[in-house]
Amino acid sequence: MRLLTGNDLKTGAVTWWTGTDWSIHVEDAADVTGHEDEIARREEASRRVNGPYAVDAELKDGVPRPSHIKERVRSLGPTVRPDLTLKPAEPDIGNWVI
Amino acid sequence: MYKYDQYDQAMVDTRVEEFRDQTRRRLEGKLTEAQFTPLRLKNGLYLQLHAYMLRVAIPYGTLDSRQMHALADIADTYDRGYGHFTTRQNIQYNWIKLEEAPDLLADLAKVEMHAIQTSGNCIRNISSDHFAGAAADELVDPRPYAELLRQWSSFHPEFNALPRKFKIAVIASETDRAAMRLHDIGINIVKNEAGELGAAFYVGGGMGRTPMIAPCINPFVPLDQLVTYAEACLRVYNRYGRRDNKYKARIKILVHELGAEEYTRQVEEEFAHLLGQGVEPPLAELERIRTYFEDPAFQDASNDTIDRSDPDFALWVDRNTVPHKREGYVSAVISLKPVGGIPGDATARQMHVMAELAKSYSFDELRVMHTQNIVLPHVRKATLYTLWQTLEAEGLGSPNLDMIEDIIACPGLDYCSLANARSIPVAQKIAERFASTGKTDALGQLKLKISGCINACGHHHAGHIGILGVDRKGVENYQLLLGGSEAEDVSLAKITGPGFDENGIVDAVETVTDVYTRERQDGERFLDTYRRIGMDPFKEALYG
Repeated sequence: MRLLTGNDLKTGAVTWWTGTDWSIHVEDAADVTGHEDEIARREEASRRVNGPYAVDAELKDGVPRPSHIKERVRSLGPTVRPDLTLKPAEPDIGNWVI
Repeated sequence: MYKYDQYDQAMVDTRVEEFRDQTRRRLEGKLTEAQFTPLRLKNGLYLQLHAYMLRVAIPYGTLDSRQMHALADIADTYDRGYGHFTTRQNIQYNWIKLEEAPDLLADLAKVEMHAIQTSGNCIRNISSDHFAGAAADELVDPRPYAELLRQWSSFHPEFNALPRKFKIAVIASETDRAAMRLHDIGINIVKNEAGELGAAFYVGGGMGRTPMIAPCINPFVPLDQLVTYAEACLRVYNRYGRRDNKYKARIKILVHELGAEEYTRQVEEEFAHLLGQGVEPPLAELERIRTYFEDPAFQDASNDTIDRSDPDFALWVDRNTVPHKREGYVSAVISLKPVGGIPGDATARQMHVMAELAKSYSFDELRVMHTQNIVLPHVRKATLYTLWQTLEAEGLGSPNLDMIEDIIACPGLDYCSLANARSIPVAQKIAERFASTGKTDALGQLKLKISGCINACGHHHAGHIGILGVDRKGVENYQLLLGGSEAEDVSLAKITGPGFDENGIVDAVETVTDVYTRERQDGERFLDTYRRIGMDPFKEALYG
């Protein structure tokens, strides 16, 4: 599957296209296979996202997981600061990245 | 330390308002990202892995307490309560919001700081010896020369769009504590046989994907021609440096391809031309700058002694203080490398504490080291114990300067969009391994440096032991290098062989240190043993 990601223009936060909107949670991301360019152009023009691009991903336990480690780190937060990730209550969440 | 005059302040304030307007236009959609990117980068604002990242310039690594307090307040107000001190004596904030960046820059400007020219193809922050003005072995304080060059290079219209970024370091001692010869231009203030001060110019060094040691192209440039000579070096580069390939665009490639002799000939020709152009500021300006760097009011502390009855304190004194030019004083290094911590990170609270300690014990001065630690440059021996107790209480008392736990590590894949592998977890695991096995002390001076990609922000080429993180088919892999040095005995590290995974590289580091402890002779550092016995015994131990 393909996910569309970018950064929020105002805050810089990593965001994922859900099919109707943008979310900071990769779990919400929709498969955009075949429509990546069209959505990216439209959303960037409306300034809802900065620099959108598509990444490969796979479903794991029903949740999209980006194929490349860099995108997994992006989607979660720094592995060395679990407290600053999107899942601070899950101390082993770093294993999902690696 | 240097204080802004009305011109400095006006330039910085004007730039803040200009960027405020540019940001507004970007948020309103009047500028595209392609148009805005070079504008934000000129103000040190990157878009990194998780958010915008702001790199703030700390000229030659010198700060006062007011500035350190401001950096702490910025961490609390605009970031997530911490900052990261970098290998170019700067500080980076990792979680900046674009809409708040102009206010942040305005707050910086109130304490005579900015983020201008911390990105882009221009002359970057001038770095220097972190013990400048305090070191027992320095000829003069190198910072007035660094400040002169800062003023010359700030907003220099001719060098605003160089082929690539450009980094300058200035030192004034035989001991190189600034990786001087691994800069685009390294300047060493020296004395000639007549006793006159001048500048030795080393040009074309650097790390990155093509590491090179800068050759000396002129051993003595009179100080009243310092800026003119630097201008000549830049002009030749700006004219002939490659713009067709960013990987071959640094001055080191030009110097290498032309040859040092031909590059020098062209510089000298340009220099002769420029001498008649009035480029050089009057010496009175250098003298004006120099007045800001006069010695603080040192007291007669010659009778000061250090009570070593507390063994933990004694260990810290032995490891983290260095001789000072004035009797009764030392320079004290505050380690930002607690075992298991993130090298170079400091919380807002720690920054406030360091600022207060500087105010109380170090004539209001702090320095950022390129090794990602902080220096209190002028501390009376009699006050050391009190100082250390505060450091200990705040998690800043690690006694590990230049030991294997004092690891340089770039932000790596945890923060950086260029990185291929994570650096910080490897640094943490290595520090934890050596702390738990108790081997750190026996190894003595051992400089370990880790980069998460080939751009080498973690200086892996210059590590006695270097580690380079690479991406091998989407999996982190770590190459091991041995034999580098950024000091006056400068050398480039060599790769041992095939790389290792995250746990394997920790084992590999322990393996090569075991070879060292087995093979070393009296007084040898790891680097000395490596240079004497060569790579083979280490390879044999690693790969069999």
